[in-house]
Order: sequence, then structure tokens, then C-alpha cells
Amino acid sequence: MSISLTDSAADQVRLYLDKRGKGVGLRLGVRTTGCSGLAYTLEFVDEVAANDEVFESNDITVVIDKKSLVYLDGTELDFGKEGLNEGFRFRNPNVKDECGCGESFNV
Amino acid sequence: MALLQISEPGQSAAPHQHRLAIGIDLGTTNSLVATVRSGVADVLPDASGARSLASVVAFKADGTADVGEAATVESSAYLPIRSAKRLMGKGADDLEGHWLAEHHRFDRSGSVPAFETAAGPKTAVAVSAEILAALKARAEHTLGGDLVGAVITVPAYFDDAQRQATKDAAALAGLNVLRLLNEPTAAAVAYGLDQGEALGAGSVVAIYDLGGGTFDISLLRLNAGVFEVLATAGHTALGGDDIDHALVAWLLEKSGLRAFPDDAARAEAVAQARQIKERLSAATSVDVDFVVNGESVWQGEFAREAFDALVSPLAERTLGLCRRVLRDAGVERDEVASVVMVGGSTRVPLVREQVSRFFDQDVLTDINPDEVVAIGAAIQADALAGNRPEDDLLLLDVTPLSLGLETMGGLAEKVIPRNTTIPVARAQEFTTYKDGQTAMALHVVQGEREMVSDCRSLARFELAGFPARVAGALRIQVLFQVDADGLLTVSAIERESGTVASVDVKPSYGLSDGEIESMLRDSMDLAAEDMQARALAEQRVEASRVLEAITAALDSDGDEHLSADERAAIDASVIAVQGALASDDRDAINAAVQALEKGSEAFVERRMNASVRRLMAGRDLDELESRNN
Repeated sequence: MSISLTDSAADQVRLYLDKRGKGVGLRLGVRTTGCSGLAYTLEFVDEVAANDEVFESNDITVVIDKKSLVYLDGTELDFGKEGLNEGFRFRNPNVKDECGCGESFNV
Repeated sequence: MALLQISEPGQSAAPHQHRLAIGIDLGTTNSLVATVRSGVADVLPDASGARSLASVVAFKADGTADVGEAATVESSAYLPIRSAKRLMGKGADDLEGHWLAEHHRFDRSGSVPAFETAAGPKTAVAVSAEILAALKARAEHTLGGDLVGAVITVPAYFDDAQRQATKDAAALAGLNVLRLLNEPTAAAVAYGLDQGEALGAGSVVAIYDLGGGTFDISLLRLNAGVFEVLATAGHTALGGDDIDHALVAWLLEKSGLRAFPDDAARAEAVAQARQIKERLSAATSVDVDFVVNGESVWQGEFAREAFDALVSPLAERTLGLCRRVLRDAGVERDEVASVVMVGGSTRVPLVREQVSRFFDQDVLTDINPDEVVAIGAAIQADALAGNRPEDDLLLLDVTPLSLGLETMGGLAEKVIPRNTTIPVARAQEFTTYKDGQTAMALHVVQGEREMVSDCRSLARFELAGFPARVAGALRIQVLFQVDADGLLTVSAIERESGTVASVDVKPSYGLSDGEIESMLRDSMDLAAEDMQARALAEQRVEASRVLEAITAALDSDGDEHLSADERAAIDASVIAVQGALASDDRDAINAAVQALEKGSEAFVERRMNASVRRLMAGRDLDELESRNN
């Protein structure tokens, strides 16, 4: 079981956590919604819950609840640009198909 | 796949339900758009990396428009439009003597002046809409989705008409306005001065805003998440441009030229001066090669000291205004807890030094002074769009001037006093003044003075068609509502018949420069005079009411109850009151009214007795008692 962050993603998360001034790490997750079944969530973490798994990648604490982990195992989080837009991208090996925009997916 | 941003814990948006919200600093010379992504507020650059957009618009014959730098190079019979913000909410009369009128041709046929363009006449609102549309497109392109809305900043001294014009421009641009926010308030928000423990309750914050063409100093007081604007002062023609012009004059003198051969050479010189100024923000000395029409006319060194000598008079003038704003607000210099620097000209080291020394503290300069207002607006937009945890207080604003109604005698009755936290709704009851009155004219005014003639007229409307009753019998409730943007709606209802009239107070565009400020100052300076005027007006109303009642009584049954002599005496008193009313002497009016009332006491008593007799005539006691039960 593993979750990882690319260098550029880790740098951005560090920057955002610094600017925010609080928070212990980054939470990855999925929720059942969206046009193709599941959707990713990406949040700051203020508290780690009892049923959370905690990983370290590139010196960033990554928190993920056990239910989400089965969908996200092996995922690499990247940070990149598309035109003027910039943001995080999930590289999830479990995905079978996703909706046109890639905001939701199926496994 | 789609790019994601980090949300606050538990605040992840559902897919395709991003609550994208932006903050826009709609400036006189430059405009910016900013947003909060992954908890960080930042300005959104365009494709070439430019962070600000010049507030310049050039319309083309096909109705489209170039905005920003592209507009400045457009060559057409019409000059590109700059500084349209100065005409927001202004009427055609305000163009008289305005420098913009010398640079542009205007169509003055409508109530609002319009720039003549290749695409026909365009109002300041239409011009601003183009700028907003360009920023909106940039944001949508960058954020990859539709916007929930925007927070747009406006100067603290903007009145209803100017705020409404700004909202109109946003509507034209297809932008949903979450809120209009005062520029100094936005700057304070950008530094998080409204959050948590940053400052104690009741702290005073000074916002020093020295831009390209304007200077504003505002004092805000922070109370329970509310920024109250204590006082503002400023100058509409004081800023970085003055530094440029001083520098150009200096260069001209050095080069031995007496004047520039043409406008192009002058414009070129201004551009060079601007460059020198910007380089001197970091360097202590720069080498200058002054070029006029492609020819080098002077070379030499230009040191920071020489530059400071040019800037110093400007800095002094701004400090004079700082002193005034402190005096206006009744705040001591050492009560100012924080000073925020806004505007590109605050990069000039001497300006920072002078302001630091004046307020005896380090001034806040960490956030890019050109961007701080847009960033504050973005933070506020993020909160309004619902992207922030609930414990973050929403910022509130206050009304800059009192809002009220005209009452009898030309008095302004304040319904919502200035500095009331908005949004707010206040109702006040009024009554009829004359017997049989079936309509009431309502005149909505804005200002601090006692007399309507000294306040600003916002709207007039009429509540008509209620039943005829004796004076004072009807109750008319007037409701004033100010929404979160500081815009006003007034409605009136007559309780008995349920007659309703409401008016969208479309503020009558047209307030000349600095009028708000002088309105505020006048209300202080002329307080004693106003009190006199109010007392006189009240006395007049009272006298008219008595006159009205007595003459009505005399007409109906005066001859029945009065001998010819008595009648003549009362008539004389009536004439005396009418005579006194023509004067401005309150005591004389009062005395005449007293005399009239005294002189007609016997008459009033006889009338009363007669009417009681009429009522009782032909009825026995039982009947009267049963009626009373």
C-alpha cells in the first residue's frame, strides 16, 4: 500500500501549508458522487482521525481514510499546468474509465 | 484529467460544482483579478504573464473592444478611453471643467455623458464593463470553470450612484457581484487584520494608498469583524504621475531644452522618467541617457538624493492629508495600530520612510502594493462563495452617509444613520399633514445635514390612493433597506388601506468630485447653523399647522361663534402669523403663533361646546351610555 507525491506536488503542498499557517498534512480521498461514480477530494489536514492511514512522501504527511485507500492505492499526486490553469493531478493506476473532464472516475 | 486544488477540511466541492469566486480591483489606471486557490490568494496573470490590466479601452467600429495594452496601441480617429472610473455615476454636468472633457469628445444628450467612440457613444459603465469582461474571461480561462461571482472593490468615498454604476457595469459584463467592498477594507483584509488575534477590538488601521494619479488615506476601526470607515481624505490628482512630471521637468532643465517639440516626445520622456523612478526603488543611483526624438540630449548620473528632493514635496502633501484625516476622525497618531501601504508609488523608499516616521511604526509592505486590494477582494469572495470554514467571520461594511426622508418644512429625517452596519433594514412611521390628504410625496435624501436642500437628493416617489382622513390619522410606514453592497431600496405602505409604493432607488447619477467628503465636513462645521435651520423649519411647520386649523375653522363656522370685533381680532392675528412666516425670525413666528392661539382660545372653546351639544342633541342618557359600552 502506498501513496506518493512528485517533487513539484510536494513543493506546492509545502508552500500552501506554510501560507495557511496551520495543518499537519494533506488528505487524499474519494467520495461517491460525480458523473462517473467516484470523485477525488484533496484537503488540508488539521487532525488525523482514528481510521486514517498515514504515509510520508517527499517529507509531506499524506493522510487517507481506509475506505478511500482501496481506490487510491498506488496513486501518485502530481502538480502541473494546463494553459493558464494550474493544480494537482491524480495518477491513479486503479482507474478503468473516467468522465470526460476527469473529475470523477470508475474502478 | 482535471486539475484539483486543496480544500479546507470537509469543504471539498462536488465535481462540477466548484465555487469559483474572484476578487477584482477595478482601478482608475490598472485593474487586477485575483482568486484563492488551495488556501492561497494570488493575482491571476494573463497568457503573457502580465499581472495587471491597464484600464484602457478602445472600441472598434464593429462594436468589439480592445482592452489593456492592446487598446493603447490602437490607432483610430478616437483616442483610447482611460480613467473611465472617474466618470462612474456622474452626470453630464460633472463634465464641466473636468480634464477628461479636454481629452475626449462626449455625447451629452443623455442623462449620463458618453464617450464618442468608433462604435458609437459609450458610457463609463459600458467602458468599465469591457474591463470587467476581460478580467472575467481571464479568470474563467485560468480556473477552468464558470464563476459563482466576484467581489469588486470601490473607493470608500464612492456614493450610491457610483456603487450602482459599478454594479451595472458588472451586470453588463455578465458578472455576478457577490459584494462591493471598500478598497481600504480590502487592503486590511489582505493582511488578515480582520482575523483572529491580529488586532484587538476597536483598533484603528490606517490605509495609505498612493497610486498613479490619486491619493487616499482612510482610517478604519475594527469592531467585532466589522470595519467601520472613520474618515477618509485624499486628493484626486496626486500620485506617481506627479513624480513623473517632476522628473520630466528636471530632465528637461538638465538637457537645456525649453520645451518638447511635440506630444510624442513628451510621452517618450514620461516613459523614460517612469523607468528611472522604478529603477531607483532598488538602486541608490542610476545612469541616465535622456533621449528626445531618438537623439541623446543629456547623459549623467541621477542619485537617490536628487530623486528624494523631487519626491519630498509630494510626500509632504500626503502627510498633510494624513494629519487632516486623523483630526477628522478624532484619532491620535499613536492610536493607529497598523498602517497598510497600497499603490505602486508606495514603493518609493522616501515615501515609506516618511510614512513610517509619521506614524512612528513599521508600515506593512509585504504584499505587493499594486495587488493588495485585489488579494483582499479575492479572500472576501472566497468566503462569500462558501469556501471557508464556518468559523471565519464574514466581513461587514457600513453606510458612508446617512439616508433619510424629507419631512415637512424641508427637514431631513434620518432613517439610517451613517456608519450603520449593512445589510440593514429600518422602518419609520410617518403620518399625513393635511385633512383629506390621499397622497404623499416621498423624497429620499442622503447626507448629514439637517436641511434637505443641503443633502443629496437620491429619489422621489409618491404613495397615492389611500383613503381621505383627518390629518395625523393615517400611519404610513416607510422601509429603508440597504443591501450588502450599500445600495438602497425604499418602500412605503399605508396601513389602513394597504396601499403600497416602492421604488428601486436608482440613484440620480451625478455627484461632483469630493462632494461626499465636503458633505461630511460641512455637517460638522455647520452643525450650529443646521440646528438653527432645523428649529426655524420646525417652527414654520408648527405655525402652518395652526394657521391651517384656524382658517379651516373660521371658514366653516367662524361667523356663527364670533362677533365682528372678535373675528377681526383673530383675522389680524392670522395675518400677523402669515407676516412672521415670511421672515426668518423664529422668535417672531413663535410669538405670532402664541398670540393667535391665545386670541382664538374663546373661539375654539365655543366650537367645542357647540359640537358637544350637537352630538348630545335629541339623545337621552341611556342611549349615550349604551353607545359608550
